[in-house]
Amino acid sequence: MWEYTKKVRDFFLHPKNVGEIENPDAVGEVGSITCGDALKLTLKIDKETGKIADAKFQTFGCASAIASSSALTELIKGKTLEEAMKLSNKDIADFLGGLPEEKMHCSVMGREALEAAIAGYRGETHVPESGERVVCKCFDVTEEKLRRVIIENHLTTVEEVTNYTKAGGGCGACIPDIEAVLRDIWSLKPVAEMPREPKKLTNLQKIALIQDVIEKEIRPQLQADGGDIELIDIAGDKVIVALRAMCVSCPMGGVTLKGIEEKLRELVSEDLVVEEQ
Amino acid sequence: MNPLYLDNNATTAVAPEVRDEMLPYLTDHYGNPSSMHTFGGQLASKVREARVKTAALIGADPEEIVFTSCGTESDNTAIMSALEIYPHKRHIITTRVEHPAVYNFCKHLGRKGYRVTYLPVDSRGRLSMDAFAKALDDDPAVVSIMYANNETGVIFPIEEIGTLLRERGVLFHTDAVQAVGKLPIDTKTLPVDMLSLSGHKLHAPKGVGALYIRKGTRFHPYIVGGHQEHGRRAGTENVASIIGLGKACELAARHLDDERTSVSRLRDKLEKALLEKCPDPRINGDTEHRLPNTTNISFEYVEGEAILLRLDEYGICASSGSACTSGSLEPSHVLRAMGVPFTAVHGSIRFSLSRYTTDGEIDRVIEVLPPVIDELRSLSPYGRERLAAEKLSQCTSSPT
Ligand code: FES
Repeated sequence: MWEYTKKVRDFFLHPKNVGEIENPDAVGEVGSITCGDALKLTLKIDKETGKIADAKFQTFGCASAIASSSALTELIKGKTLEEAMKLSNKDIADFLGGLPEEKMHCSVMGREALEAAIAGYRGETHVPESGERVVCKCFDVTEEKLRRVIIENHLTTVEEVTNYTKAGGGCGACIPDIEAVLRDIWSLKPVAEMPREPKKLTNLQKIALIQDVIEKEIRPQLQADGGDIELIDIAGDKVIVALRAMCVSCPMGGVTLKGIEEKLRELVSEDLVVEEQ
Repeated sequence: MNPLYLDNNATTAVAPEVRDEMLPYLTDHYGNPSSMHTFGGQLASKVREARVKTAALIGADPEEIVFTSCGTESDNTAIMSALEIYPHKRHIITTRVEHPAVYNFCKHLGRKGYRVTYLPVDSRGRLSMDAFAKALDDDPAVVSIMYANNETGVIFPIEEIGTLLRERGVLFHTDAVQAVGKLPIDTKTLPVDMLSLSGHKLHAPKGVGALYIRKGTRFHPYIVGGHQEHGRRAGTENVASIIGLGKACELAARHLDDERTSVSRLRDKLEKALLEKCPDPRINGDTEHRLPNTTNISFEYVEGEAILLRLDEYGICASSGSACTSGSLEPSHVLRAMGVPFTAVHGSIRFSLSRYTTDGEIDRVIEVLPPVIDELRSLSPYGRERLAAEKLSQCTSSPT
């Protein structure tokens, strides 16, 4: 069975906002029973403020699908439609403390239902044209959807595309087409220049995140090799640390520090510099 | 909390008697049975003893047993051997519902240029004998058909198939991993040339299996190296596990009757109660010719993994043919081959019992599962739609 975070399990076992709003202002329905997951999202929208006053869901699917749908409703309640539209599938996954890679399509489904609901509410319902190219027949995934999910999530391999959209996970006949779409997208936009969401963190958020990354990502790794690290101070973008235990005498200390810096840059902010006390 | 384990077609608990029998061979007696010195050499007699017991369970002679590392190895070996023996025959017949050990291996061979016929099954998972007879015209090197299906428990007419094949002189292998220890099998009368079994499905540990090769059957080894197993399977023997397998087979023979009586009674009790208590269940597979310990039930409009995870909260272990339990995105190829509708295939749950399953455990599942299904159905957009549609049809069809 899959390894789920506590929050995924909790949102699956005790889902919030289950059901269907009577006379909803917006409805978003995605997925199908054939594909194995489907979500129906109903919204009540406050006409005055433009805020989502209530959101309910019904989901047919696995634990991640149910947890993602429930998380989605929690995340959008109280938001204006504009704010809600900014929500990405990654935000849903992050809110749950992460989903197994293979289950990312559940978060994508949440995002799509939201989009469909808001588009419908605004009268922009997208009627699929008969000419729209379905790339994956097994899971009914169009090229348009593939492109959007690939770009939004910076996907570069077929495997990732399958994890996020299911396309390619059935008979596999569409894999060459998925490869072509990937090549088309990333040869125009080289991987190195992939759009990155700039993280705007407050000082407090940054400090908390640095502490978190050191505790959860970096320390366990060092400890596994008999070493350790202590966070001494954070001054602006400068992170001052002290290496402990086996790391103190380790001739590779410099490499270790570089590695720590890379990890922090990747997970917190590009601008961080790590220095030893 | 001890798990309430109803996933015995996946694997079984090692029987305490098996464990006790094995222990000395994991500790003090660690010799190599191929060694010339007494310390190792004396183990050869223990391996021989295990061979006798394993053979006895299926009515074979000890020389007809080759120990392997698992059921998969036994299956692969049998098929490969046939292809080596008949290099000019490039055709294999199997079914659409085989275990991946045969199914995926045949797919692999298909990519290597062999022609594979995958025989269809009907909606109850029964083999189409017409399709089988037709496929035979194309002179296969080997026919590999499972004895009983791991997901549904459906038993195939191995005797009938074997008789037909014998008339034609076609090599016949059966993957009997799920059947051995649950059904009486006697290779003296059963017309098969090769038969696979696996230790961990009958209360021996994982990592040991056996391939029965009927005397006189031409054979080519799959694993080549040392002269172990009379040159039929190289590699130093997994002594402790082989001893464990022998013991497990001895116990299985002793308990064979229980399978038909107490195990199947509990399975039927579970099935009956779930059919009564849960709306719109569906038993997948032929209930007439079925393993005594297995039931595969679909609960429409809910998804299998969701059911499993809820059950897991109560410490109940079962299994599902839904895609979401596995790394793959497509649901069970077995249920799909049977044409089980998508509404049901995603919500399929398999319970597989063992001789250690108790009445109390079954009562517990009967108590826990129906509310879980109700709850998940109330979450599902399909249940409601369906109910509404049903109401509508009731209105239109009810007499005024
Ligand atoms: S067409 Fe995409 S997996 Fe079958």
